[in-house]
Amino acid sequence: MSPLLIVICVLGGLLLIAPGLIWVERRLLAVWQDRYGPNRAGPLGLLVVLADTLKLFFKEDWIPPFADRKVFVLAPAIVVITVLMSFVIVPFSPGIIVVDLNIGVLFFLAMSSMGAYSIILGGWASNNKYSLLGAMRGAAQMISYEVFMGLSLMGVVLITGSFSLHDIVEAQRNMWFIIPQFLGFIIFLIAGIAETHRLPFDIPEAESELIAGFHSEYSGMKFGMFFVGEYIGIMLISCMVTCLFLGGWLGPAFLPPIVWFALKMFAFIGLFILLRASLPRPRYDQLMEFGWKILLPLSILNLVVTAGIILWNES
Amino acid sequence: MAFYIASAIAILATIMVITRYNMIHALLYLVVSFLAVAVIFFMLGAPFMAALEVIIYAGAIVVLIIFVIMMLNLKEESVEQERKWFTRNIWIGPGILAFILLGELIYILVASDTVLLNNKVVDAKEVGLSLYGPYIVGVELSGLLLMAGIVGAYHLGRQKRKVLHRFLQSTEE
Amino acid sequence: MISIIRTMWLTFLHMFHKRATIQYPEEKIKLPARWRGRIVLTRDPDMGERCVGCYLCAAACPVDCISLQATEDEHGRRYPEFFRINFSRCIFCGYCEEACPTYAIQLIPDFEMGEYNRQNLVYEKQDLLINSEGKYPGYNYYNVAGLAVKGKDKGEGANELAPVDVHSLLP
Repeated sequence: MSPLLIVICVLGGLLLIAPGLIWVERRLLAVWQDRYGPNRAGPLGLLVVLADTLKLFFKEDWIPPFADRKVFVLAPAIVVITVLMSFVIVPFSPGIIVVDLNIGVLFFLAMSSMGAYSIILGGWASNNKYSLLGAMRGAAQMISYEVFMGLSLMGVVLITGSFSLHDIVEAQRNMWFIIPQFLGFIIFLIAGIAETHRLPFDIPEAESELIAGFHSEYSGMKFGMFFVGEYIGIMLISCMVTCLFLGGWLGPAFLPPIVWFALKMFAFIGLFILLRASLPRPRYDQLMEFGWKILLPLSILNLVVTAGIILWNES
Repeated sequence: MAFYIASAIAILATIMVITRYNMIHALLYLVVSFLAVAVIFFMLGAPFMAALEVIIYAGAIVVLIIFVIMMLNLKEESVEQERKWFTRNIWIGPGILAFILLGELIYILVASDTVLLNNKVVDAKEVGLSLYGPYIVGVELSGLLLMAGIVGAYHLGRQKRKVLHRFLQSTEE
Repeated sequence: MISIIRTMWLTFLHMFHKRATIQYPEEKIKLPARWRGRIVLTRDPDMGERCVGCYLCAAACPVDCISLQATEDEHGRRYPEFFRINFSRCIFCGYCEEACPTYAIQLIPDFEMGEYNRQNLVYEKQDLLINSEGKYPGYNYYNVAGLAVKGKDKGEGANELAPVDVHSLLP
């Protein structure tokens, strides 16, 4: 396939699936809470996606007079752009990858660290104390969990000897990395949830205490960007987990590789929603303490042990 | 061509950083400048450096600076104050010195046309080998420095545990 | 750690539980017997209006949604000239029902009063009056009250003695 076609396919697919995830999430949450969820508009309530999108488009796009206009407009764009950029390096199946960068994993980390700006700037530009609190929490949370995220990935990189995601998936032909790198997998998953600030780590938003935190001043399509960005972020983390620990497109041959990839990805999206349905939000200091006092030592331990085993095997 | 675009963006963004009165706007331009520098690194064959530039400088350090500035809660008055401070007397001296340096740089570039872009790609492995080979002393020293920083931060951030009780109102060490 | 996984597993199992939702328009909820819904004005067994326009319901209403004007017919029987309930304000507390001395105003289990136009929620007397005795069949206020109205003079009511003739010297 030509690169342009792949770009269009990936972009179109993402922007189609992301609003669809609204429906998936609402239905799944409902299922786990003994309800039905949206089931009125269209077959199985699928048209609720369309209704939601239309609602967001036609809502008044309001900028508060006390806000910093330029930064206020810029913030929601950053989240979508950085997350979409990260998909550049995700190998969906052997041929379907936009660019196979030799620093793929680092590129993903770089983009996710840039994503922190959308929260910080959005919260700061709103010029509202709840937003500011949300932004500060978000900034601290994202910077901290980025560290563990990077460190937990390094075990995989050590085993593979490459930053390229294509090579990493290929290296899992014999055994998925979830078995030798189980600790890394768990840490990456937790850090990934914190990076996308999903429940239970949605402390920057925390609607019960911060009235939606950094995006409480946003409405209309600007809010929609944050919303879509969050769902694409979930997909991104699911894709990364699939690539790094679950063997990406690899699987028994009776299904095409892309289907295996999609299956694994959607399983993780389901897990994300299950986490939202079942776990309460920790306090902010608990989150930080958990990160720095448990996850950081664990991920360093994981890295050291992995490196030691690799050196042992070589000598 | 892409190199010139990236460098032009980097220079423009840096100029904007210096001339902005609003701190957050200045920092945003600083991020743009870092990103442009990362692109230059990437084109000069150092993708690992480019990624680290974005992750560490643009992604972590500037975020921390913004974090601090957000806590300071700067308002319009501070923008006004910055504007007052930024007078000709302040910038004329450093400006002249920087201009002389720029002249020297241009002279060197023009006089000795031996500037070659070596397009050898330096990947992560080479960076690691050189860091832990010839430059091991530098790595160890910076490690010591960072350790001192961490210990200092811990010392500053340590709180004495306060016992909140009517009869035990004392601070433990 | 184990408790977190157990929580997630138990939440997952809720997938196979019975739904708590009632699919409303197709499936109706089973209302309790004392459900307080729409307000109606009931009638006597002789199909006269029970309401005597005493204003107690309007006074008891915490949201002031009842307004009425009492008047009398030529036989001295009081009735409301108009009786208006603004259901966009009504909170269905039932205080009017408790205040009513004649069991005229009653709350029935009907609650499906959705309207597109808010003005349609203001109910006039003809909308409120029903041809029924409501929760108290056979109760006739004027039959137990001492007041003389058409067809019932003083002393003709239930459990009522004939009025004492003050001009007579007989005991």
